[in-house]
Amino acid sequence: MSEFEPKIVAFFCNWCTFTAADLAGTSRLSYPPNIKIIRVMCSGMVDPKYVLKAFLNGADGVLIGGCWPGDCHYINGNLKARRRVALVTELLKQYGIGEERFWLRWIAASEGNMLKEVADEMTAKLKQLGPSPLQNKGQMAV
Amino acid sequence: MAKFAKLSFKKDELNKELSGFFKGIMENGAVDAVLAPMAQGKKGNRLTLVTSAANIGQIDPFAPIAAVSGAKIASSLTSRPSGRKVAMVLRPCEIRAVVELVKLKQVNLDDVVMIGMDCLGRYENTDFAKFQEQGGTSESFLENAQAGKTAMADCDIIGACKICEFPTADNVDMRLCVIGADEGSVFVEAVTNKGEEALGKSGLKAGGVPAGRGEAVKKLVATRTEARDKKFAEFRAETNTFEALSDKLSACINCYNCRVACPVCYCKECVFITDTFRHTGEQFMMWADKDGMLKMPNDTLFYHLTRITHMSLFCVGCGQCTSACPNDIDLMPLFRTSADKTQARFNYQAGRSVDEEQPMAGFKSDELVEVTGQVK
Ligand code: SF4
Ligand code: SF4
Ligand code: FES
Repeated sequence: MSEFEPKIVAFFCNWCTFTAADLAGTSRLSYPPNIKIIRVMCSGMVDPKYVLKAFLNGADGVLIGGCWPGDCHYINGNLKARRRVALVTELLKQYGIGEERFWLRWIAASEGNMLKEVADEMTAKLKQLGPSPLQNKGQMAV
Repeated sequence: MAKFAKLSFKKDELNKELSGFFKGIMENGAVDAVLAPMAQGKKGNRLTLVTSAANIGQIDPFAPIAAVSGAKIASSLTSRPSGRKVAMVLRPCEIRAVVELVKLKQVNLDDVVMIGMDCLGRYENTDFAKFQEQGGTSESFLENAQAGKTAMADCDIIGACKICEFPTADNVDMRLCVIGADEGSVFVEAVTNKGEEALGKSGLKAGGVPAGRGEAVKKLVATRTEARDKKFAEFRAETNTFEALSDKLSACINCYNCRVACPVCYCKECVFITDTFRHTGEQFMMWADKDGMLKMPNDTLFYHLTRITHMSLFCVGCGQCTSACPNDIDLMPLFRTSADKTQARFNYQAGRSVDEEQPMAGFKSDELVEVTGQVK
């Protein structure tokens, strides 16, 4: 049987984490293809709906990448993102999607290697955890 | 110091005495209007806006029914203010929702004298009709409920009330106190200056204290809190997967009545009825293609979970969602258990104080570091 390959939906801020992913690429640092990147203008624009929809559609993990506190181009979008992540985590936990599957990380534009580390770490963690409990959606009305 | 005035009433004259009090505050200019639960003809009871003191006679605030959350009515009445002073008689849960709506600028309390009534619970709208048919009155309800007897032949007060740990109201100018009061008496309590002024103008003489109240309230809160914790534990144990959640919601038809009834579902226009969710046939086909099938209407779980991200921080546990569901889904435990977690995460309690900032309205750079676990 082939190894389980988790699907990770990644919302990356254009100004930092997305650029870091670009940098990782140009620096020939390879990171797992499990990370499916969606570029957003700021981590603060990741509506909880995007996260819920990703999980309901079978994502095994969701990763939000934003600028370090103090560095957000819209001053505090990342701080709003952090409160929302805490909120949504409290909700999803009860039904079996714990914080191991839902990550927020600060990754600056220059931190290509950190991007690689986080992507490696999250992919490994999810391989260990196995598929999301929402994978069996076929029998379940969402 | 809180001031009390005792209202004594003879059998079947509770509402008559109460209407005397409200007539007093209207006629002596403490307020121009009263919004309070009133009998509607022979059957039913609704919040009613009274501007003529001559019409206050049908007042019946302790009738065990709250067909529509008073917080929503308070919003209709004050979000674009009339400039006229109004006394509002609301239940504790309605007032806690009002506190949240004040922060969202959907209620304005400038011209309001808020009067919180002690609450021993309410029946569902349709059960209240049975209660009336069986000869139930507010007085009989109060007497029985104080002794813990709320059940009728085939119904009881709603589940939300049985686990509500807030039988008395805070953030009010006055209270109507019945818990622990001797038979045949109600106490009017003035809490703020506004309240004292109104009490002064009502013609009631201040004096007396409801001696048994503190103890009786404490006992009731303890019973309800215990019931709440038990209900939460049960719900969490039986609903701990998405599959179980989906089963709980299996009767849902996406009518969105639950959010229409919810006093703290604050969006002016719910995103689920906007163009964002008006999809093309092609889009539905694509989704169906993904798993080979698609339940329609779709996005049922998505709707409920999204609603929780919006309102759980403000959920006051009033049970209007459960009451509103045409398919008898008991939604209150679902929303209250989530609310319990999200409010605890932010050390927030819906309805506790007008001065506490709502968690999604503020943010600090040095908080919640455990979310990312990173330090620079
Ligand atoms: S979610 Fe239900 S219990 Fe909570 S405030 Fe809204 S209507 Fe009341
Ligand atoms: S009121 Fe009941 S049927 Fe309607 S959307 Fe809410 S849960 Fe579903
Ligand atoms: S601009 Fe990067 S998180 Fe706001």
